[in-house]
Amino acid sequence: MSILGTRVLRTEDPRFLTIGGNYTEDLVDERLTGAVHVFFVRSPVAHARIVGIDPSGALAAPGVVAVYTAADLADLPDVPPILPTMNQAMKRPPLARDVVRYVGDPVAIVVTEEAYQGEDAVELVDVDYDALAAVVDIDESLAGETLLFPEAGTNVAIEYGSEADLDSKLFDGCEVVVKHRIVNQRIAPAPMESRGAAAVWGDDGRLTAWIPNQGAQGTKGAMVGMLGIGAADVRVITPDVGGGFGAKFGADLEHVATAWVARKLNRPARWNETRYENLLGMTHARAQIQTVTVGGTRDGRMEAYRLEILQDCGGYPKIGGLLPSLTILMTPGTYAFDRAESIAKAIVTNTTPVGAYRGAGRPEATAAVERAVDLFAAEIGMDPAQVRRRNLLPPFTEPHQTKFGAVYDTGDYEAALDRVLEAADYEQLRAEQAKRRANGDPIALGIGLSSYVEVTGGGAESGEPHENALVEVHPDGSVTILTGTSPHGQGHETAWAMLASDVLGIPMDKITLKWGDTDLIPRGGGTGGSRSLQQGGSAVQKASRELVDVARTRAAEELEANPDDLQFDVATSAFAVAGVPGTSVSLAQLAEHERLFVETDFFQPGATFPFGAHVAVVDVDTETGKVVLRRVIAVDDAGVILNPLLADGQRHGGIAQGAAQAFLEEFVYDADGNPMTASFADYPFPSATEMPSFELVDMQTPTTYNPLGAKGIGEAGTIGSTPAVQNAVVDALSHLGVRHIDLPTSPQRVWKAIQAARSENA
Amino acid sequence: MRVNITVNDEPRSDEVEPRLLLVHYLREVCDLRAANVGCDTTSCGACTVLLDGKSVKSCTVLTVQADGHSVTTAEGLDGGAEELHPVQAAFRAEHGLQCGFCTPGMVMATVGFLSENPHPTEEEVREGLEGNFCRCTGYHNIVRAVLHAAESA
Ligand code: FES
Ligand code: FES
Repeated sequence: MSILGTRVLRTEDPRFLTIGGNYTEDLVDERLTGAVHVFFVRSPVAHARIVGIDPSGALAAPGVVAVYTAADLADLPDVPPILPTMNQAMKRPPLARDVVRYVGDPVAIVVTEEAYQGEDAVELVDVDYDALAAVVDIDESLAGETLLFPEAGTNVAIEYGSEADLDSKLFDGCEVVVKHRIVNQRIAPAPMESRGAAAVWGDDGRLTAWIPNQGAQGTKGAMVGMLGIGAADVRVITPDVGGGFGAKFGADLEHVATAWVARKLNRPARWNETRYENLLGMTHARAQIQTVTVGGTRDGRMEAYRLEILQDCGGYPKIGGLLPSLTILMTPGTYAFDRAESIAKAIVTNTTPVGAYRGAGRPEATAAVERAVDLFAAEIGMDPAQVRRRNLLPPFTEPHQTKFGAVYDTGDYEAALDRVLEAADYEQLRAEQAKRRANGDPIALGIGLSSYVEVTGGGAESGEPHENALVEVHPDGSVTILTGTSPHGQGHETAWAMLASDVLGIPMDKITLKWGDTDLIPRGGGTGGSRSLQQGGSAVQKASRELVDVARTRAAEELEANPDDLQFDVATSAFAVAGVPGTSVSLAQLAEHERLFVETDFFQPGATFPFGAHVAVVDVDTETGKVVLRRVIAVDDAGVILNPLLADGQRHGGIAQGAAQAFLEEFVYDADGNPMTASFADYPFPSATEMPSFELVDMQTPTTYNPLGAKGIGEAGTIGSTPAVQNAVVDALSHLGVRHIDLPTSPQRVWKAIQAARSENA
Repeated sequence: MRVNITVNDEPRSDEVEPRLLLVHYLREVCDLRAANVGCDTTSCGACTVLLDGKSVKSCTVLTVQADGHSVTTAEGLDGGAEELHPVQAAFRAEHGLQCGFCTPGMVMATVGFLSENPHPTEEEVREGLEGNFCRCTGYHNIVRAVLHAAESA
């Protein structure tokens, strides 16, 4: 029996459980002997002109090797916004040059002999700031009174459509139209491992950089661009990575600065980010304000939907400026609106730049439309489950093209909704809710739904989605796989070994996976956008199959037989001549005289579209506003599951992150742009006490886009759970007249909503 | 200052700076890098080790405070005849780890927790591990792992 589809324990675990992963900060490598330590002086103010920098205090401190400012880094090019369509005046210098644009913006570099010395010395660099008005609020930024980049002439980094493109007749004929402005708040990705780097330049003038990342090849590309050197001169190595969630793609200026210091001093250099720096310096996430309008009939048919997005990019337009395009792509979600449209503006503010985070643009789309559906349901007084059922796209097996350019490959959204409602025992929950309300129970029960479709595996390096793999069988019967994907918790060592073992008949414990070294694996798209299994895994399976074909030709020579007469026996990993017992040759033997390997690329015809439905159940204390998440029941259909252990793990983690956005997490600034949540003591990072166990419901609708039938599962849970939990909190209070509570549904917001509803009713 | 600390059953004597944190002593002086630093506010528990059998956050203990005591890290957990200690084995069996960064701390916190409460309920497990953050697993399988370890003990 094939091991594919079975629950296989992870081969990587014993190492992580005993000696621990080998993360960047853990690296012991003789090339790094005598490394200096790099520290960053970061702006304590949100928006200011740099009047002067006096490093003398730091230079006099023990162990300080050097202090550098933007003037020293003049040989590094400024970084333009990531898209050529963005306002090109919004360039970022390698260190803040004349102006700081957010608290945490790096202003100077301090280099010390010992790590402890740097912590003290950064405090001794005296930077003189001339404060400018800080723009924190999206509306304020739009008003444009203060510009972050005066030379840009605007705070708008990019627009996707404009008000002029909107159809003034979109809602004509609708019996009911509901409009609401909703906040998809700023949060911090906060992987448990912060950022870091180790860098050394060889005598040959080549840089070797160890960087925690999600794709060494992309990180190398970014390093090459920011250092302004040739691609041949950079090698990026990926140590173990303690979580990424989208925020460790590419390279950041701190990585570049570490490499620059190593070159300047001709010594290896290391940088380990503190949590405080991480919460300010790593990109933030989400940060959209959305206006949703939905119109339809009184009996529950939704006819028209409009989504207007304001995206906060933070101080410099990075991936944040790109996110709205993904939100727009997924505008209508799982619904069959007759008419739908969306536009977006991305603006800069004096806050930490915004980037990708688990779902990247798609959770925002789902949150918007799922909130809109509930607002519509509340307006017409219909059960939200019924409104969803009434409006979902019917099941399809031929690709469904939306007007926003998405091509949904396969989907059965009704089935997902039915299954989750049944698993949750929806009717019983509603009955319990009615009972509590009748009894005047101060703890209100809330039941929230979401239905979602999302897009995975759309991105590779360029062109059609694809990934490469190299599979080699060695004479000792072991196997090496090289992959262009980049695991950082997903379990590729196990999953890719399962795929190769299944084809080659070589046990998993003899299979080694390698990734994340650009000298060894020059090409690859990394791990993100839930692309790895569908493309990287398919490439491993394809390479393994092609390897058997190559081996067959060799075996035919060896056994002096016609290749067509040979049978490959997976149980023994050997070829035998049909009907001739006793003659056989194994893959390992066939590798003895000549290397036996195949390198191949797998191309996928397009992105895949996993889908699902979630139900969340919450208790809301109407006296304190406190929300307790009781249950999350989830259908996440990502096609055929290779290893349910890994897939469920992705779902658990995703659901928790999505739920935490719904009722806990928020990165907060005061009106002057001072961060209020720049430590784990202040940022409401979820702990085990705030999460329930999750109830996962199985559903597997294969895609035809790859031989595994697999879609991506990494982000699905996050996308489904945020709106389900938010809708549950609002639902709990619907009998009081509450229609909406912004994210996160903190006690304060919930309490205020209750008070507002009560005073309106009074 | 000179400290005498038994680390993973081996007595050691080292000269350390008074300000050296236990986590840095373990990582830099003892070459034991399983415990990680995940925060600067004693919030995350990635650095959790056992001090005389009780779990502590080693980022918040000075090395000199451990003088005369014994410290156990994930590297020092004894599985007896097995490759893994029962708690480590339970984390593997229940897929209680993904990126692994929180894992050594989580495992040590679990060992400490179960020594105080060998038969916890799910709620007690969640409360017992409140000071250990994990971004990857949503805690679901960590809780399963702790319950599994409690059962198999
Ligand atoms: S590093 Fe010790 S609690 Fe976070
Ligand atoms: S496994 Fe990644 S932080 Fe816990």
